[in-house]
Amino acid sequence: MANILANHGKELLLGNEAIVRGLIEAGVKFASTYPGTPSSEIGNNLEDIADKTGMYFEFSTNEKVALEASAAAASSGVRSFVFMKHVGLNVAADPLMTLAYAGVKGGMLVLSADDPSCHSSQNEQDNRYYSLLSLLPMMEPSTPAEAKDMMKEAYEISETLELPLIFRTTTRVNHARGIVEYQEPKNTPARGMFEKDPAKYVNIPAFSKPNRVRLLGKNRKAKELSEMSALNFMDGDGKAKTGVITSGVSYTYVKEYLPNVDILKLGFTNPLPETKIADFIRGKEKIIVVEELEPYLEDQVLRICGQNGLGVPVYGKRTGHLPREWEFSPDVMKGLNVLTEVRDTPVPLPGVDIKLPARPPTLCAGCPHRGIYAATKKAVGRDDVIYCSDIGCYTLGVQPPFNTADFIVCMGGGAGAAGGFSETTDQKPIAFLGDSTFFHSGIPPLVSAKFNNHKFTMVILDNRTTAMTGHQPNPGTGRHFGGRNTEPMDIEAIVRSIGPDFIEVVDPYDVSSAVDVMKRAIACDGVSVVISKRPCPLELKKHKQLEPKVCTVDQSKCIQCFTCLKMIACPALIKKDGKVDTDPSQCIGCGMCASVCPKKAIEVKK
Amino acid sequence: MKYTIQIVGVGGQGVLLASMVLGNAAMKAGYKVAMSEVHGMAQRGGSVLSTLRFGDEVVSPLEAVGGADLIMGFEPVETCRNISLGNRDTEILMNLDPVYPSMVAAGFEEYPDIEDLVAAIKKVSDKVTTIEATSTAVKAGKAVAANAVMIGAVAAVKDFPISKALLKETLSDNVPEKFLDLNMRAFDMGYDAMRGN
Repeated sequence: MANILANHGKELLLGNEAIVRGLIEAGVKFASTYPGTPSSEIGNNLEDIADKTGMYFEFSTNEKVALEASAAAASSGVRSFVFMKHVGLNVAADPLMTLAYAGVKGGMLVLSADDPSCHSSQNEQDNRYYSLLSLLPMMEPSTPAEAKDMMKEAYEISETLELPLIFRTTTRVNHARGIVEYQEPKNTPARGMFEKDPAKYVNIPAFSKPNRVRLLGKNRKAKELSEMSALNFMDGDGKAKTGVITSGVSYTYVKEYLPNVDILKLGFTNPLPETKIADFIRGKEKIIVVEELEPYLEDQVLRICGQNGLGVPVYGKRTGHLPREWEFSPDVMKGLNVLTEVRDTPVPLPGVDIKLPARPPTLCAGCPHRGIYAATKKAVGRDDVIYCSDIGCYTLGVQPPFNTADFIVCMGGGAGAAGGFSETTDQKPIAFLGDSTFFHSGIPPLVSAKFNNHKFTMVILDNRTTAMTGHQPNPGTGRHFGGRNTEPMDIEAIVRSIGPDFIEVVDPYDVSSAVDVMKRAIACDGVSVVISKRPCPLELKKHKQLEPKVCTVDQSKCIQCFTCLKMIACPALIKKDGKVDTDPSQCIGCGMCASVCPKKAIEVKK
Repeated sequence: MKYTIQIVGVGGQGVLLASMVLGNAAMKAGYKVAMSEVHGMAQRGGSVLSTLRFGDEVVSPLEAVGGADLIMGFEPVETCRNISLGNRDTEILMNLDPVYPSMVAAGFEEYPDIEDLVAAIKKVSDKVTTIEATSTAVKAGKAVAANAVMIGAVAAVKDFPISKALLKETLSDNVPEKFLDLNMRAFDMGYDAMRGN
């Protein structure tokens, strides 16, 4: 597979691998993150290789901590990199905004991986607005190769301005794959020195006022750099009557599917090169702005037209020619055929005339979340409860037969909401969250619940990993990479120290015991906590630690009540011709189905 | 020249490995390459799609609906679901070994008969070639080599722009040493199965 560490040559790299290569070539010596798709593979790669390049890398407990740690590295003169998914930047926004006032010494990039079309996310917010809000410079690559190359200039700009730079990618850059040419890595120091300067780094009002003025000055300087930057270039002979202004992956669709236009391709997108844009527009008959999500460029282009007295019509989202929702594709370009020529594509085949079963993502065979959900449903019975869920694999509990997600907003958000529901409704709130989410932002709402005497049940689904994003370690697993080994932190001990009214640890594979524990937890008139502890089987499989076992159904004992299917609904249980059986290619022998079988007809075999 | 392969299947079937092997072979053949993959949530037993485009000038990681030159279907229902990625000239390679969605396994939804799926797809395209990749892989030695069977079959697709030798060599670079013989055997069996069709 791809060798990110090679000295030279070219490789077919995933966008996220190209970004890692970019870090190596830019001589970055400090990187931090909290995992989140579509940025996750950056961390998985750094976990493997960071120390081989002299870089320190960590999975921080959340995005805010990650950004603060990277800020300190850069303030000490060490090139740093913090990366996260778009919603992660909401968590890290607090330090980001004031870090802009302080500035940095060594180069620092803040990568925000946005997810148009919500492939793996709860929203599709456009984080380019963070650059306007924070007055920080921003760059947006269009392809994996450009992402790698752009990082070199990004670090130089960051150091020239002494500001962190927002490096904004989207899923179709992070998860695109393309040919990347390697260059020589830059040599930079891994150790720095923090020079104390309270007027810069201590933003009490007396200092933040001058720092705000200084930041505005840097913003003006950044605009000059943007005007000169080769990342903002015209693609075309300048003679076309129609001009397209674009950035990010949209450029690739414009380039291939709109043949008769001049393109102003913007890579340095905050501040915008206003003079360059005005010069591009002048003499054109019309301008089309092609960008995913919000009219970030379009609205600024309209302002630039206004300020420069340019009466050229500007088409895009404000005129209804391009959608504001979902990612773009070659097909979206077809909507522009009333404005310019769009390259023809073949007529698609009609759909097949047969009903196809849906295939949504689902909890895996033997997933321990199935067991605790089955137990909770059984314990709840017909009582009216509110399932406050969270962000992780367990979000998939929203599907039948579990339906154990009534309210989800963000990381750690379920437990916070449970407190509010407990004070305003007669429905018992049950908050589910994972082990990594507990450390990320699940502790404050539990503390708040105890402090304010809320009444709810928190269920911590401790599967010993950060599963959904690709099995990253978290404080509950301890760290075992990059030459550092740390002890796992004990979630039970942490919870006990907060002093809940009830706490028990259960094995979700033992569904009947879990039902009993959940009944008592829900009956508790205070803050009750259940820790459902069982490692993710995918993680065990990866490390070859999964004991080979399989469940078999004794058809002579089975009464076809289908309790196993109704309660566990494991993909390894197959119902065919009125009978249930297990699929040995999927079954891991966890025994959850056996645990709920009223006739003991299912046996776990080694 | 531009060539687009849409690889469809289910998370865990090896769609990503197949697209990596084909993409690397395209790079070695001197083409530009632009690909798009599905990672993350959708991989948890959901439908997955990998787009591979290569040629003299390609930059877009996505293809227009209908724009595929080849649909490589790892799973029958997924092949049917994604048929509109192709047009009437698109070569369609369809593995007949099913992976049941969880709601089907649990008896809440029906999985159509394979023959009905094939009949339905043949009604809209006369360029469908079926293959039993998993059972062929089992004959080669192990079910996990279904991937290699599919890649071998692609090598036999009419006018495929990358040579069989280069595809096989790239596959051999991307599989673990101890499974090399298995994969090479599976590749050849896939190639022969496609040729025999």
